Amino acid sequence: MANMSMKKNPMPTQAPEERNRNFNEVALGYTAEQAIDEANRCLRCKNMPCVGGCPVKIHIPAFIAKVAQGDFEGAYQVIAEASSLPAVCGRVCPQENQCEGKCVRGIKGEPVAIGRLERFVADWHNTNADLSDLVKPTLNGHRVAVVGSGPSGLTCAGELAKRGYAVTVFEALHLAGGVLVYGIPEFRLPKSIVQKEIDGLKALGVVIETNTVVGKTVSVDELMEEYGFEAVFIASGAGLPKFMGIPGENLKGVYSANEFLTRINLMKAYQAESDTPIQHARRVAVVGGGNVAMDAARCAKRLGAEVYVVYRRGMEELPARREEVEHAMEEGVIFKTLTNPIEIFGYHNPDDRRDPMNGFVTGMKCVEMELGEPDASGRRRPTEKANSAFTLEVDCVIMALGTSPNPLIKSTTSGLETAKWGGIIADERGLTSREGVWAGGDAVTGAATVILAMGAGKTAAAAIDAYLRNK
Amino acid sequence: MFEILKREVLNPTVTLLEVDAPKVARKAEPGQFVILRTDEKGERIPLTIADYDREKGSVTVIFQVVGGTTEKLNHKMVGDCLQDFVGPLGKATHTEGLRKVAVVGGGVGCAIAFPVAKKLHSLGCEVHSIIGFRNKDLVILEQAFEQNSSKVVKMSDDGSWGERGLVTDALEKLLGDGEQYDEVITIGPLIMMKFVCGVAVKHGVKCVASMNPVMIDGTGMCGGCRLTVGGKTVFACVDGPEFDGALIDFDEAMARSSMYRDFERHRYEQTCNLFAKEVE
Repeated sequence: MANMSMKKNPMPTQAPEERNRNFNEVALGYTAEQAIDEANRCLRCKNMPCVGGCPVKIHIPAFIAKVAQGDFEGAYQVIAEASSLPAVCGRVCPQENQCEGKCVRGIKGEPVAIGRLERFVADWHNTNADLSDLVKPTLNGHRVAVVGSGPSGLTCAGELAKRGYAVTVFEALHLAGGVLVYGIPEFRLPKSIVQKEIDGLKALGVVIETNTVVGKTVSVDELMEEYGFEAVFIASGAGLPKFMGIPGENLKGVYSANEFLTRINLMKAYQAESDTPIQHARRVAVVGGGNVAMDAARCAKRLGAEVYVVYRRGMEELPARREEVEHAMEEGVIFKTLTNPIEIFGYHNPDDRRDPMNGFVTGMKCVEMELGEPDASGRRRPTEKANSAFTLEVDCVIMALGTSPNPLIKSTTSGLETAKWGGIIADERGLTSREGVWAGGDAVTGAATVILAMGAGKTAAAAIDAYLRNK
Repeated sequence: MFEILKREVLNPTVTLLEVDAPKVARKAEPGQFVILRTDEKGERIPLTIADYDREKGSVTVIFQVVGGTTEKLNHKMVGDCLQDFVGPLGKATHTEGLRKVAVVGGGVGCAIAFPVAKKLHSLGCEVHSIIGFRNKDLVILEQAFEQNSSKVVKMSDDGSWGERGLVTDALEKLLGDGEQYDEVITIGPLIMMKFVCGVAVKHGVKCVASMNPVMIDGTGMCGGCRLTVGGKTVFACVDGPEFDGALIDFDEAMARSSMYRDFERHRYEQTCNLFAKEVE
């Protein structure tokens, strides 16, 4: 008999007043008992709407059935058939819009906590499974290059390696993982989890070459013509930060969210022994309302600041996941919605040019907004309220306004077509305008989610496999 | 890991390292830079490429000890390895079509100016190198410039080497004497480049300055290296590092470069103390 509780088993978490002072993971994960109890809430529906909501089509009822039986490794094997990075997806997928959004239990009450179960299963596997048992696939003699080691690149590499391809992943930074290591903070996705997933790929035979900027150190053309790769998958992400173009944006204390998060997550600037500096501000304004804005705000809070999220639309319109917004509010982040910055002010000592405080941020001038008629995106257009200007006293401003694809590869790869906004043009299977070159993830779609990027990596891997088999 | 093949102390605070980095050496051009990390906890710092040897697969960097990371770097000896070394990044110096150029370097900036002078000289361009140092003890690459320039003007602040005065004085004099340059290329402290550009602009000569702001990734991702050039925000790492000096907002660049001054000073002292303890 199924567990008919209307509510999910709650996720154990660190208390808000505790966690907003450390970088340890917020959610602590289910125990085996909680996982089995939650798995019993699944009705095993025949038409499996949840699977339709999953971008990589994990056989969700089958893995949950294994969890219910206490066969956690069996559950992992079911997930692993479809997903390369379950410990990551269990943590950062927007399940409410995907699998859980389709769950029948969600019609009356809360859906089955599919994400939490996925996380439990992956963590159980990572703790208990032995990588040395893994049998490396027999090589089929074909070589494929993957550009970028974020979720899309890693997924594609894993899928191809399982099929016997010799895969090399090229990464520009010194550490593999892409946005999983430089963007998403430790308290949402511990870096040891990402490292475990990467170690798993290495055990499959995937080679990862860090410190290699494709487009500079080596070009796509050279990878194919000189290095002998028969196919290339470009998953270089969308890393170029946007700024608002308002006065004062180049003052000291104004960061792009990318820079702020990279200093913290990749370079570990929050740890005393890290050589990388970060400003320890008193009052921080994060401009933007997406998941990246929430990550930046929660990091700034952990560094000891009073933090404001400044967003031009209302609470209802925040593009960030509900859970992230709730976590941020619990941790004491203050939301200034319907507010738009128009200028950033800096300190200037007219009597002393050498005053070390010169040029540091002292405040941000904002105007209040109200919502009018829906615009092209279907969201209500924010318009400025007359005579509503006020100054928010802050000493640090973080711009989290979104990112666009990096032009380095486009400008150095012959025959690669890109859209006007910078995205690489690819068909539904990831094939670009250049023969033998596929692309996927944020480099094609613009900034999106980890799971969509993974889905694109998986699709492209299948297409590359078909192409090289018929070549 | 990237092994150090050669280490040479050029003056008490400036050191040359030749690093085994075949992939970087294969593509390196004057004007480009690398980003390196000394060790696992190290920060990523950009250093402009001072020289490269494609056959040997090595890249040379020259640095001045200014903070904790460069102090650590200064303790790396031949046979030691750097944790990370990535490049070549940024755009190469534009050399095409130049027939007569003044290369103006100041202090450790001369290390970056040198490969530019060398490349131009090898292309048959007439190179006038104006190099300046605070005093004779800080002079680097004197011979190298002499071998790769048609004319070398040496300046020191205190007159202990070459002529007494600033590189701007020397440039002003050459231009005043009627020297016609296609371009002035300047590399050195921001304040020096600001005034060199001022002199060049006054004489109606194009001036290119090589910028070296704070950066992390070096591929356009962080935006920490942003500058205002001609009223527009640009990223030094991908749009530069060289820009038309007449258009650069040097005052803003100088302000931005001091963002982490306190941290750097503190970390430098910490690192020095650490090394001092190791010696005891």
